Amino acid sequence: MTQGTQGNTMLGGYRVLDLTSDRGYYCGQLLGNLGADVIKIEPPGGDPGRNTEPFFQDQAHPEKSLFWMAFNTNKRGITLNLETEDGRRLFRRLAEKADVLVESFDPGYMEAIGLGYAELEKLNPRLVFTSITPFGQTGPRRDFKSSDLVAWGMGGLLFQTGDPDRPPTHLSHIPLAYLLAGMDGASATAIALYWRGTSGLGQQVDVSMQETVAKTTMMLHEVWLVTGTEFRRSSSWYHVPASPVVLRLVWPAKDGYIFYMMYVGAFGAEEDKRLVQWMEEEGIADDFIRGIDWANLDWREKTKEYGDRIQDYLFRLFKDKTKAELLDHALKRNILIQPISTPKDILTHPQFVAREYWQEVKHEELGITMKYPARFCMASETPLRIWRRAPLIGEHNEEVYCGELGLSRGDLVALKQAGII
Amino acid sequence: MAEKALAGVKVVAFIQGITGPITTSTLAAYGAEVVRIETQTRLEWHRQAGPFIGNISQPDRATPYLFVNAGQMGVTLNLKKPRAMDVMRRIIRWADVVVENFSGATMKSMGLGYEDLRQIRPDIIMLSAAIFGQTGPMAEVRGYGGTLTALTGMAGVTGFADQLPQFPGFAITDFIAPRGNVLAIVSALDYRRRTGKGQYIDAAQAESAFPLLTPVVLQYQANGVEAERMGNRSTCAAPHGVYKCKGTDRWCTITVFNDQQWRGFCQAIGSPDWCRSERFATLLGRLHSIDELDRLVEEWTMQRTPEEVMDLLQAAGVPAGVVQGGQDLDGDPHLRHRQFYWKLEDHEFGAFTYMGMPAKLSRTPYEMRRAPRLGEHNEQFYIGVLGMSDEEFVSYMAEGVFE
Repeated sequence: MTQGTQGNTMLGGYRVLDLTSDRGYYCGQLLGNLGADVIKIEPPGGDPGRNTEPFFQDQAHPEKSLFWMAFNTNKRGITLNLETEDGRRLFRRLAEKADVLVESFDPGYMEAIGLGYAELEKLNPRLVFTSITPFGQTGPRRDFKSSDLVAWGMGGLLFQTGDPDRPPTHLSHIPLAYLLAGMDGASATAIALYWRGTSGLGQQVDVSMQETVAKTTMMLHEVWLVTGTEFRRSSSWYHVPASPVVLRLVWPAKDGYIFYMMYVGAFGAEEDKRLVQWMEEEGIADDFIRGIDWANLDWREKTKEYGDRIQDYLFRLFKDKTKAELLDHALKRNILIQPISTPKDILTHPQFVAREYWQEVKHEELGITMKYPARFCMASETPLRIWRRAPLIGEHNEEVYCGELGLSRGDLVALKQAGII
Repeated sequence: MAEKALAGVKVVAFIQGITGPITTSTLAAYGAEVVRIETQTRLEWHRQAGPFIGNISQPDRATPYLFVNAGQMGVTLNLKKPRAMDVMRRIIRWADVVVENFSGATMKSMGLGYEDLRQIRPDIIMLSAAIFGQTGPMAEVRGYGGTLTALTGMAGVTGFADQLPQFPGFAITDFIAPRGNVLAIVSALDYRRRTGKGQYIDAAQAESAFPLLTPVVLQYQANGVEAERMGNRSTCAAPHGVYKCKGTDRWCTITVFNDQQWRGFCQAIGSPDWCRSERFATLLGRLHSIDELDRLVEEWTMQRTPEEVMDLLQAAGVPAGVVQGGQDLDGDPHLRHRQFYWKLEDHEFGAFTYMGMPAKLSRTPYEMRRAPRLGEHNEQFYIGVLGMSDEEFVSYMAEGVFE
């Protein structure tokens, strides 16, 4: 199924072989979004990542994983068993002509099956060979087992997330460390391709998920080195430095939550006055709130109770309005409120509807059309789009094996029965 | 010394905060020549923010600035001076790439929009990384990492169900957008090399983060269900969580996905009686009795340091790891072995330790160089790189163009 032609793209003409698991799906997808011809190679029967929730109408079936669909658009799909001699030979033929190989097996696996970089480099010195693993290809912990949660912890992001009196916590449902490692893998692959254009040589790209996560933390290591103190996690409240005042970041609305952080002093005074004006219109303002000299308010001179008292006005201002109403007020009144979005809010946010960010993708097999993010950036000369939905299991076997490698349909039947494709 | 992957790529940066600087310092680490334009007349917030090296409040010691600005040349230019635009035009003529992350119309209002720049350099690649992008009703709305983390839906799925939504990390989207920016810029350079064409990239920070949420966005459309926060639990693994260990605020993650890992886990913790209990024998059993399982696991972890827990479980093939803080990262033997941290001296202001890059390229290793002092490379850049004569340089300087 095609969703229109690609037209001009940044990476059009490059061929990517994608051997990743859920640890690396996003890498190949990003290269595909930029126009590369990405072939997702799955084991016969389908990639294990197809068994990941959520599922279409909760039907636990490998062709119905919404997780799989989310991160494999713009790829073609073939099946291949790399642990057979036939499989390896077919793979080598593909690798000979490929520009990029992306994989996320445990370190050493590709070598063990005779497809390590040293082998493939001999076959194709121009190949960029990108590996995405929890701890990288070198070092004493390279063979440690990991998961998304373990990577969050080892890289420092967990330490910065959560309430101080509860365990550190992470994103539910979304393997953020895996996805960000995919982004790092994609950008490093593009850098290696660029250098290949200069030098004619491919190379090996080694992405460590732990380092990806560390590169996502705000000065955790740095503050410790410079001040000898550890970051204090408190992620829905802001403890004003050198003050007992605690600012609320997450506010209840009628139908969920919004994010707002109150600034005072020179930086915040104008917005604070607009808030008071709003309170006037809502009948919440009184002499106390009217009398505050916002420009000269310094939390360092105030008690916690004083901070709470001011914030109580905001609490009352926000709590009976919906997120959409509050966003509307925010835009009209120039106040930095944003909803704490749920998936529905994301899809209906007026800014991104106006920018035509959501693209409809048809799933004929499921009888449904769903909106996907059309791009990660808007490029004037080479627009990004979704050209094709995620592949079905072995959907492009014939196209690739017969069309490109010249196998007959009879060969395919033999390979299928032998568990090779 | 090995060649640099992006050697010869010239980048001009009009940036502030975190997103812009991480974008351009990443290009610099892989070998691009990046010149960051600042002005002494209006220091960006990060030049004024602590902690400071040696606890001395001084723009060149501001660690939030150093943290994100490695490897760039620091050049000052006061665009309010009449002849500054002449210098600006020379800089643009020199550049391959311009990166900026001011909100909406700022660059255009200074006469530095894409249409202006391509008059000077037709094949220029320009990337704008505003929060909401360059078009749409909110193009000129301000914002920062917290706003965006809320808006993108990340906060909504972070934390325990009985907690307020949590903000992962600190301004996490500021650290996500640069990854897409670098990918877009380098790919655009590749395209330009093949076609001779530059382009404009409107890299709305929100739009580089939304794709991460795609599974729950599809789930809402297909099933009418909105994903809920489930703390550290998994729908397919048990135990799966962050467990309290010996010490103050010390934790270890443990995630058990299959029978083999469960057996490894039981052996590693000394096969206590409860491990043999019928209700924990199967994944479904463990998922159904998760509260009790978590309590029993934590009873065991609380007797041990997170390092002990990690080492014992990893030896048995179980994914487990310390929840590392700043001190832990500093002592991490694995990161040391991979030379992830770069302690770089500034002979006047003292050393600062920079994080390296998460991707190593075998033939073109990245290299970290320290962040620039304010205006540190004025002479080197204006005279050495742009080719100004000494007389020109002095005359501009006398007019305050380089303030």
